[in-house]
Amino acid sequence: MSPALVELRNISVSFGGVKAVDDVTVDLHPGEVVGLLGHNGAGKSTLIKVLSGAYHADRGEIFINGEKAAIANPRDARRYNIETIYQTLALADNLDASANLFLGRELTTSFGALDDVRMEAETREIMGRLNPNFRAFHAPVIALSGGQRQSVAIARAVYFNARILIMDEPTAALGVQETKMVADLILKLKAEGIGIFLISHDIEDVFDLADRVAVMKNGALVGTARVDDVSKDDVLGMIILGKCPPGAVRGPGATPEEQLASVAA
Amino acid sequence: MTEKAETAAEGEAPAHSRNPAAAGEHRPEAGPARGGIRGALRAMEVDMRLIGMVGALALIWIVFDLFTGGTFITPRNLFNLTVQTASVAVMACGMVFVIVARHIDLSVGSVLGFIAMMMGAFQADFIPQYLGFDHPATFVLTILFGVFIGLIVGALQGFLIGYLTIPSFIVTLGGLLVWRGAAWWVTEGRTIAPLDANFRVFGGGIGGTLGATWSWVFGAVAIVAIVAFAINNRRMRMHFKFPLKPVWAEITNAVVLSGAVVAFVWVMNAYPVPERAARRIAEARGIPIPESGLDWAQGIAVPVVVVALVALAMTYIAQRTKFGRYVFAMGGNPQAAELSGIDTKRMTLYIFMLMGALAAVSAVIASARLQSAANDLGTLDELRVIAAAVIGGTSLAGGVGTIYGAILGALVMQSLQSGMALIGIQTALQSIVIGSVLVLAVWIDQVYRKRIGD
Ligand SMILES: Nc1ncnc2c1ncn2[C@@H]1O[C@H](COP(=O)(O)OP(=O)(O)O)[C@@H](O)[C@H]1O
Ligand SMILES: [Mg+2]
Repeated sequence: MSPALVELRNISVSFGGVKAVDDVTVDLHPGEVVGLLGHNGAGKSTLIKVLSGAYHADRGEIFINGEKAAIANPRDARRYNIETIYQTLALADNLDASANLFLGRELTTSFGALDDVRMEAETREIMGRLNPNFRAFHAPVIALSGGQRQSVAIARAVYFNARILIMDEPTAALGVQETKMVADLILKLKAEGIGIFLISHDIEDVFDLADRVAVMKNGALVGTARVDDVSKDDVLGMIILGKCPPGAVRGPGATPEEQLASVAA
Repeated sequence: MTEKAETAAEGEAPAHSRNPAAAGEHRPEAGPARGGIRGALRAMEVDMRLIGMVGALALIWIVFDLFTGGTFITPRNLFNLTVQTASVAVMACGMVFVIVARHIDLSVGSVLGFIAMMMGAFQADFIPQYLGFDHPATFVLTILFGVFIGLIVGALQGFLIGYLTIPSFIVTLGGLLVWRGAAWWVTEGRTIAPLDANFRVFGGGIGGTLGATWSWVFGAVAIVAIVAFAINNRRMRMHFKFPLKPVWAEITNAVVLSGAVVAFVWVMNAYPVPERAARRIAEARGIPIPESGLDWAQGIAVPVVVVALVALAMTYIAQRTKFGRYVFAMGGNPQAAELSGIDTKRMTLYIFMLMGALAAVSAVIASARLQSAANDLGTLDELRVIAAAVIGGTSLAGGVGTIYGAILGALVMQSLQSGMALIGIQTALQSIVIGSVLVLAVWIDQVYRKRIGD
């Protein structure tokens, strides 16, 4: 098998005394969607922020296409074509869609000035593909709905040719229809061979989209499983009890069987 | 998504020039088109806050004119007003960036004093040792020296704020004391005079104005720039097939702006140079004096030209450069800026260096105007500068502010001060009025923002 697109190996992160992420290992292949599940506070956001360069791992290594990668900040991550759609929408509220889409990577004219007109043209083009209803090109994004804001964030990732896409609870703030729009987008991107980490604390959000799920509890990995090999109830058991079902690959965070037995008794 | 949000946010936007500097406001496109004056203003995409500020300024002028029996709105008083506003206006441009990026600079008045003293000592004590007095290169070297010091002071403060993450309020509060003290140390309190003759031109006093012809040239250049900018903007939008403003709106915009330029030049040219001063200049320059005497117009003061250039440059930086875009992004959402790969530490350093350089420019204007450098120069300027920016619509919450707003804000502050002085209101009462106006202006602005916000 070809090397994984991404492999996070034995990652640990602590804040003060709290171990937010404890020895977690997960991987991701091209065209694959890996659902990262767990309760609020399980450490999902912290784990992927190591990959996106926002946090430093205290221990562990990152491999991209089988090669060790040094990701010290968000700029490094971008060089590896890693794009992140953050849980707390990482948009500058006071700027408009195209300023946000190109933030940090603005198009400039030949003498170095911002080429706003060209950026707007590109924004109109890509938004026309992703979200044809989008027309508020001059409004600061604070004036947009959650779904429109999310489509700006997604457009940013798509425009810059993400190969690895991290989506941290991308539909948490969205309505039903907008959630469906994001789901369609995920399938479209997956078909283009992009590897996607899809993070959620809600199993319903990811089960239908993901090829595999990885479940975290108290910072540690309970286990990973192909969605075809386990049921929703199995995954719920992983999330709530840390109980690793037979179809899954056991992680260091799985609750030992004897302990589960004593809980059941 | 609610029905309301849908229609509000997705209504097609009319074309207008991009203006991240005003991006915190809700744009006219957010609502349905309306007829009448409001509709026309919408089509012209005028910033409603700008209209409000110009209206407030007009009101202040008219009221003072009535109270002073017609001496406020005279070429002489308006000329003086522009000269008095210049120093604060220049620094207010920098303060917009500082505040937009969610910082504050309380040290600008002291930095101005320190740099003025350094430049004073440099041109009056140091340079003459090598070049003699009033050498033509003296003012250039002095200004470069001052700007250099401004950059150093700004870099020092910016480093403490950006890299050591000490709050800007504390660093610059410390700076307020440090640089005022440093200003005294330069000469141990001695006032430096006289300053270099060419340097004094920047004060806008005698010999410090453009005169009639050059003022008209200045106005003509401004008008050409206004028209060229509008045409270029429209052409770009046509090229990309974006929606366009109606032609009548473009023309009205250009005519109003050009009209303002013409009116300004005309008023400045209506203020004559006093006969005695004109004679002195004519003699110094070897110009023959006619029988009928010298009827020279002051024209635009040199410090006002400096303000115009600074404002133009700063507006360009705010709207057309990555640096400006990042300043606004930092103010809108510092985390987002960081996650987008913007080096916010270095940005902070640069923002304060820019502020320092502009404090140096203001120091040139302020000391040239007084024709001397004293260590109390610029005292309380930090408050005037911050007030100008805030009255001009810069939000202390960050992310929102405009350069032209800050300059109008400076003009409002100075108009109030000069007007009250003309009427003969006691200084104590002047302070009370200005302080109250500041609070009132910010409150009105907040209410305005909230109303158009939902
Ligand atoms: N910047 C931070 N500083 C301190 N503690 C943090 C920080 N970020 C996250 N944590 C803690 O780390 C743990 C995991 O948080 P997080 O990764 O956000 O969980 P999840 O995304 O799975 O809900 C929580 O206990 C949280 O309080
Ligand atoms: Mg999270």
